[in-house]
Order: sequence, then C-alpha cells, then structure tokens
Amino acid sequence: MLLMSRLATLESRRGWQVFLILLVLTIVLVPVLNLTLPPESPFHVPTYMLSLLGKYLCFALLALSLDLIWGYAGALSLGHGGFFALGGYCMGMYLMRQIGTRGVYGNPDLPDFMVFLNWSELPWYWLGFGNFWFAMLMVMLVPGALAYVLGWLTFRSRITGVYFSIITQAMVFALMLAFFRNEMGFGGNNGLTDFKEILGYNVQAQGTRIGLYVASALVLALGYLISRYIVTSKLGRVLMAIRDAESRVRFLGYSVTNAKLFVFTVSAMLAGIAGALYVPQVGIINPSEFSPANSIEIAVWVAVGGRGTLYGAILGAFTVNGAKSFFTGAAPEFWLFFLGALFIVCTLFLPRGIVGLAAQLRNRAARRAIPSTETKSKEVGDAASEHGA
Amino acid sequence: MQRASMAPDAAEIVLPAESTPVRPIRQPAGSILYLDGVSVSFDGFKALNSLSLVIDKGEMRTIIGPNGAGKTTMMDVITGKTKPNTGDVLFNASVDLTKMDEAAIANLGIGRKFQKPTVFEHLSVFENLELALKTDRGTFATLFFHLTGPQARRIDEILGVIGLGDRRKEKAGALSHGQKQWLEIGMLLMQEGQLLLLDEPVAGMTDHETETTARLLLDIARERSIVVVEHDMEFVRALGAKVTVLHEGSVLAEGSIDTVQADHRVIEVYLGR
Repeated sequence: MLLMSRLATLESRRGWQVFLILLVLTIVLVPVLNLTLPPESPFHVPTYMLSLLGKYLCFALLALSLDLIWGYAGALSLGHGGFFALGGYCMGMYLMRQIGTRGVYGNPDLPDFMVFLNWSELPWYWLGFGNFWFAMLMVMLVPGALAYVLGWLTFRSRITGVYFSIITQAMVFALMLAFFRNEMGFGGNNGLTDFKEILGYNVQAQGTRIGLYVASALVLALGYLISRYIVTSKLGRVLMAIRDAESRVRFLGYSVTNAKLFVFTVSAMLAGIAGALYVPQVGIINPSEFSPANSIEIAVWVAVGGRGTLYGAILGAFTVNGAKSFFTGAAPEFWLFFLGALFIVCTLFLPRGIVGLAAQLRNRAARRAIPSTETKSKEVGDAASEHGA
Repeated sequence: MQRASMAPDAAEIVLPAESTPVRPIRQPAGSILYLDGVSVSFDGFKALNSLSLVIDKGEMRTIIGPNGAGKTTMMDVITGKTKPNTGDVLFNASVDLTKMDEAAIANLGIGRKFQKPTVFEHLSVFENLELALKTDRGTFATLFFHLTGPQARRIDEILGVIGLGDRRKEKAGALSHGQKQWLEIGMLLMQEGQLLLLDEPVAGMTDHETETTARLLLDIARERSIVVVEHDMEFVRALGAKVTVLHEGSVLAEGSIDTVQADHRVIEVYLGR
C-alpha cells in the first residue's frame, strides 16, 4: 500500500502518461511495424533499424546510469564505459559457453581462442558462466563490486571533482590494457564474438532480435523507475545537497561516503546491465569498449540531453547516437568535428542541455517583456532612461 | 568516563609567562563541552595554542576575539573537521570527540552554523529543513524515508519560528542573506542538538534582523547549550551571556561583557592589532 502510493509520486500525472505512451510506442508499435508491414511500405521498420534502436536503448540506459552519479551526486565518472564493457563481457562469456561444439575447433568446453592458445582447461573464472542466471548475476555484481571498491577508496579519502574523474578514467584505461592481453583469458584484442544462441534461440533470428529489443526497452523503463525512486527519495535530496555543498552535509550527520558509494554502485550495476543487453545485439565485445574516449562520449550524451533530469540523459543518448548514425553514413569525415562542436555549443550556450533549452527560451522571453531586477543593471538603466524620456 | 577522570591534569602546558592562558580549573563532570590543552598547528602556525574551555549544560557562551584568534578553528575541532595535535575534547564529559568524524559528531547532537550561510541552494526551504530533521540518517534509512505527520508538523513549526512559512516551496538560493541565516538556524533547530555552535549568526543582518535573532537565540537557549562566535558587540551585549575572549589560539579573558571590555589586555589586543 505504502509502496503503491510511493510509486505514484515518482512522476506527476502527466509524467506517467508520457512514460506509458513512450513505453507502449517503443515495445509494441516498433515490433508491430517490423513484423506486419511489407518491406515496401513507408512505415515498415526494417530489422536492422530495430536492432539499431535496441542499441540506442542500451546507450540510453548507460547514459541514465551516468546521470545518476554525475547529475545528482555531482561526481563525473569517466569510467562508465568500463562498467558497461564488464557487463558486456559477462554476457559475452555466457554466449561463448553456449557455442559448444559449433566452434571452429569443435571443443565442447573451451572457446576457440583458448584452444588456439593451447589451453587445456577452462580458467576458474569462466566456471559457472554456462548458466544464464549466474552470468546475469555477474553482469550486476562484477561492475557493482568494482565500483564499490574504487568508490570506497576514493570517497573515503574525500577525493572529488576532477580527481575523481581522472581516477575513473585511469581505471578504464587499465582495464583496456588488461583485456587486450591474451593471457587474461578474455580473447585478447579480438574479444568475444561468433555467438550462436541465447537461451536456446538463434541470436541472428528476427524473433530473437525483437525479443532483445523489447527486453532492452523494458529494462530501460525499469532502470528509469529505479533511478527515479532514488532521486525522488530523501537520499536523492541528500545527493543533491552533496553536489551543492558536500562538507555541509557531513555536519548534518549524513555519511557522504556511504551515500556516494550507494549511488555509484547502483549506477555501475545499471551500466553493466546495459552492456549485457548490448552485446547480443551487436554480436561482439572487445577491449575497444574500454577505450577512455567511449567513457567521455557517454558524458557528452548526458551533457547534451541535460543532466540531473534522468530523461535528459535518455534524450541525449538518442540524439547524439542518432546524429552519429546519420553522419557516419552521410559524411563520416565530419562526425568527430560535429561531436566536438556539439560539446562546445552545449557547454557554452546550453548548460542545462536540450531539456534546459525550453526553460531558457521561456526565461528570455519573460525578461524581454518585463526588465526585472534580475536583469543586468545596464539594461535596467536603459529602461529607466526610456521611462524618463 | 575513564578519560574524564584523567583529563584535567594530563595536558602538559609549557608556555612563556606572558601568554599564560586563563585556564578553567574545573572538572569535566557536568559540562556539555570540555576542551583541555587543545593545540592545532598548520605548517608551524599555531591556530590553537593549548586552548582550554568548559561549557556547562544549558549554558550560553559568546566567544569574541580578533581575526586569527582561532575561533573558527575551535569550531572545526569540536565538529570533527580538524583533528587537534594534542589535547582533550569531551562532549557530555565522556565522549571523546577527537576520535569521531563530522557525521558521527552531528548525530551526537552537536549542530553547527557556518560563518557564511551554507544552505542547499537547489533544494526548497522545506527540503533544507527536512534534511536537517533528527532521524535515522543511515543511507538505506534515508532511501526509504517517509515523512510522518508529527515530523511534517515539526517542520511547519520551525518554519513559523524562523518566519519563512510563506516561502517553504521556494528554492533556498532565492532567499535573502538574512533569511538564509535564519534558515540555517532553523536547520540547527531541526537537528534538536544539545549543543549548538553558531559562527557569526548576525553577519550581514540589518539591525532589526539582529534584534530578532537575539530574541530567537535567547528563546532557544532555554532548552540547550549554545556557543556563539560574534564580532558584533551590540549583539553580544544583547545576549547577556558569559564572554570568552580568544587571542592567538588561547583564552585571554573570561567574564561578563563589562568585565572583559574593561580588561586592559583585551583592550590592548583589540586596539593594538
């Protein structure tokens, strides 16, 4: 009863309407347009488009997870690509174990790359990944545990701001170098690929693709509601207070370390889940996912959408990735320039991203109408002299 | 308790004769706050120099002193922000504050108002008070927190006391300087601490606001112990409490406002700086 009334407060009435409409459009309309309409219809959604949207949904979940720690707790993690990739590797390990004897070497236990390296048995850390439930548990626990340990060390020492960003960036770089090594047992620079089945379904089949797409949408919706629960709770307000005046929060008796640790760990778990949904849809996971630039790009999505709103992060992930798909197709050489320009424009002119744009325009219009006390003194002076004349 | 019995004589004080601090010859028993021989140095600069101070339960104390006398450092030591190099800091005659962090000390019931009003600007006035509410402040307890009727009424009551009832939904960042000061005092009241430390509570206030604040503090002081650091002598006089003068990190004089203002060492310190 209490939970139901609490759920109702997550969004305003209008917010819930928008949420449900978007959810239905995403999980019902797109698959229906894909399955029922003939390919020549202008409304037909081709399967590649559906997969592309599925990928965007995973990126949106990833952006959402970053917004939770950056937008609310004010700690810019530049390591979220790492949590995403770790979740992806856990899923990749499960998918590798499903290949069985269908690999090139036909070894029932060892993935091809291990046979190639003359390994005779599965390393201990691959044990259990043949089970879907175990792999799914690891998808959350591995990034969560890493975030917990790293967060404990940094937040306890009161490392904040740019130093925290640098540490998380160093973390993904270290992970990337580690995963490039063949001896690590994760396929070295080729990563994990050539997947055949997930839960007994062919990963290439249209039905499986639709299933993964719908699963991504549902998980994004759930992730959004969980994040929304956190940010609308009193803990959410403690996080915003930490963002504004960290040391003041301590004098109120809250443990800043624990609050940040909690949200960082939850955030890393969400990022891991996003990675796990992403891998079967793109069919590969390799160490380039750990590249520091990827993690920075996530921050760009959130900044473009508008941080500290959750839906802004989702919007940003769709906008930037949509633009990326378009540009890399239409004018590949301009994409990086466009991304750089986008970031500069957002920083200079849209500090609150796309979602802040509407409010900014409204404010400007209001200020033009009545030169209030908030306008610069010069403008007030001008207005006064006009009155005088 | 074990520390309490050994505390007063344990501190070794070796000081040149001219700066011998006025040491309270008191036992920690019955005190709410007991500082003995507390020294803090930053890169060789002695911010606190064997400071000793005893605040009784229910007492209001004002602390004055020129810039750099160590007033804010003293607050930092009591609230766990700065660890003293030597000395004892006891709360309620038994709890050693030097071993605790800021959050733990706040949960003991020691509230602090900063010199520069520090409210959470992006939260509403109501939410600022809600954060200060005395309750379980653990992370999960906070995540699943649900405001009860009596708690909501308590917030309303405090909103009335600090005169911000009609601005409860506004962002704290939109308040005037004086209102922010009051909001911060309101947050202290929400914490229901036994000991309140106020660093320049009337800085930047109008005369009228200062008077109102003095009345508010005197009202609050009936139920708890208060330490006020202040520069405004009129305000100190209006509070009418015992005054401690700090100078170069230790106590220079102690007594009523008239006594300390007549003390030649105090005059020298204030005029000669």
